[in-house]
Amino acid sequence: MARIIVITSGKGGVGKTTTSAALAMGLAQRGKRTVVIDFDVGLRNLDLIMGCERRVVYDFINVINGEANLNQALIRDKRCDHLYVLPASQTRDKDALTKEGVERVLTQLSEDYDFVVCDSPAGIEHGANMAMYFADDAVVVTNPEVSSVRDSDRMLGILSSRSRRAENGDEPIREYLLLTRYDPQRVANGEMLSVDDVQEILSLHLLGVVPESKAVLNASNAGVPVILDRESDAGQAYNDMVSRYLGEDVPHRFLNPEKKGFLSRLFKG
Amino acid sequence: MLDKSDDNRREGGAVAQIKPNMAVKSSPQKNDADGSRSFELKAASFTLPIIRLVDNNVEAVAARLGKKVEKAPDFFRNTPVVIDLSELEESGSGGADLPLLVGLLRGYGMIPFGVRGGSKAQNAAAEALELAVLRESYVKRDRPKEDEPAEAEPRIEAGVSAESTSARRSAGGEDQARRSKPGFLLITKPVRSGQRVYAAGGDLSITAAVSSGAELMADGNIHVYGPLRGRALAGMSGNLEARIFCQDLQAELVSIAGHYRVSENIPTEMRGVPVQIFLDQKVLRIEKL
Repeated sequence: MARIIVITSGKGGVGKTTTSAALAMGLAQRGKRTVVIDFDVGLRNLDLIMGCERRVVYDFINVINGEANLNQALIRDKRCDHLYVLPASQTRDKDALTKEGVERVLTQLSEDYDFVVCDSPAGIEHGANMAMYFADDAVVVTNPEVSSVRDSDRMLGILSSRSRRAENGDEPIREYLLLTRYDPQRVANGEMLSVDDVQEILSLHLLGVVPESKAVLNASNAGVPVILDRESDAGQAYNDMVSRYLGEDVPHRFLNPEKKGFLSRLFKG
Repeated sequence: MLDKSDDNRREGGAVAQIKPNMAVKSSPQKNDADGSRSFELKAASFTLPIIRLVDNNVEAVAARLGKKVEKAPDFFRNTPVVIDLSELEESGSGGADLPLLVGLLRGYGMIPFGVRGGSKAQNAAAEALELAVLRESYVKRDRPKEDEPAEAEPRIEAGVSAESTSARRSAGGEDQARRSKPGFLLITKPVRSGQRVYAAGGDLSITAAVSSGAELMADGNIHVYGPLRGRALAGMSGNLEARIFCQDLQAELVSIAGHYRVSENIPTEMRGVPVQIFLDQKVLRIEKL
């Protein structure tokens, strides 16, 4: 049985798709059979981030509607054998996601895979509800700013009441916090919420802190999940996150501003 | 005041469910004599909405009910209801057109399954419709009185009548609005933005943080052992004696029996410290603890 992970946030633009791609790739690199599903029907992005946009034939909605079978729609990643992408439809809207259809696809995937990563659309409407409804775990992606924190808080409330686990009275969804676009220097200057500030409001298990990094945009442009960029701080932070998700005890990094060298301090004054 | 919630359109949900009231009154009758255990006989209590008729005019009822159902279709779908005829009897207007009413309720998706407080003739009519006649010993009409201390003992009767008056209120909000057994409600997990918690007929205690955008409601007192960043409304049914106690006041709004104060009007020295909030001559007062 696969574990179903939803990557969600409520707010848009915080890094859900980047995180979905990174988590899925990280799990697959560790030998886990993984499929990542784009739930953002109508605003398909995951295929771009994964670099498989030119290989999309059938999509998630085709499978739900029975117009294609799963194997026709799943795109195998060229860099990692264990990773598959199930793209969203760009021509339909969220209403095409039926609860029965999503359940059928997820059940089928559960048989063959270890992890199913669901990339949720922004908002708390139907698309986001469908992405999180069947989840076992939730990674709540949050930026260190007040509106994102509030939206995450709202999402956590919805996770604890409107999911299948909540409705059936099962063990609740495991909730994790991932802080992205974190800028330690701005935190030090008091311009940005710190990890502690965010945790005071959300009090969740902290899965990782991903620093603001140019590598993320570069990776998106190139269609390469940023986790593959081992040189970059963001790539390393995502790698740590995957290890932590799998239960390893990895210390948090990138929480403090980089110490400037003697010379740069001297010249900057 | 409650209707300010941004989620007004989203109705019902969890609220509408019947909750088995933990109390099991008789132990299972084990059928050991012949060794078979095909069934167990148990007693359980349920909290149910009741429709109390005050008017004999079924058309008027239909019109009012139609509006209610339109607002909260999910709330009424497949909801078992009890029809309360006691007011009709008092007002002297004889037999309500029970078959018509039952048809009406079913038409709206409800499941009328019993009557109470009816006259002999009404009960006979109910039995003819295969409705259960609930005896007063099971369901007693007892609306919580305003001058009565809100911490009424957790009785099933209070629950039944509270349901009929208060369900509408919480139905107006989120589907995660949690309803309580009468008496008190204890929440140990954080109350998140957008969630609503209502302790009907009693106190509400929370041992975790209450996020901004969350809404706490209680007919009695509210206690928050953690930062209170959302809204807190005590004395919802008009109890002027109700109070709010909290360890760390950062609330967006506090209210007692409808007398409220928004964040802007909470003095800075009261913020972030343990306080109690109560009514003094109908003026809302915040006092350090």
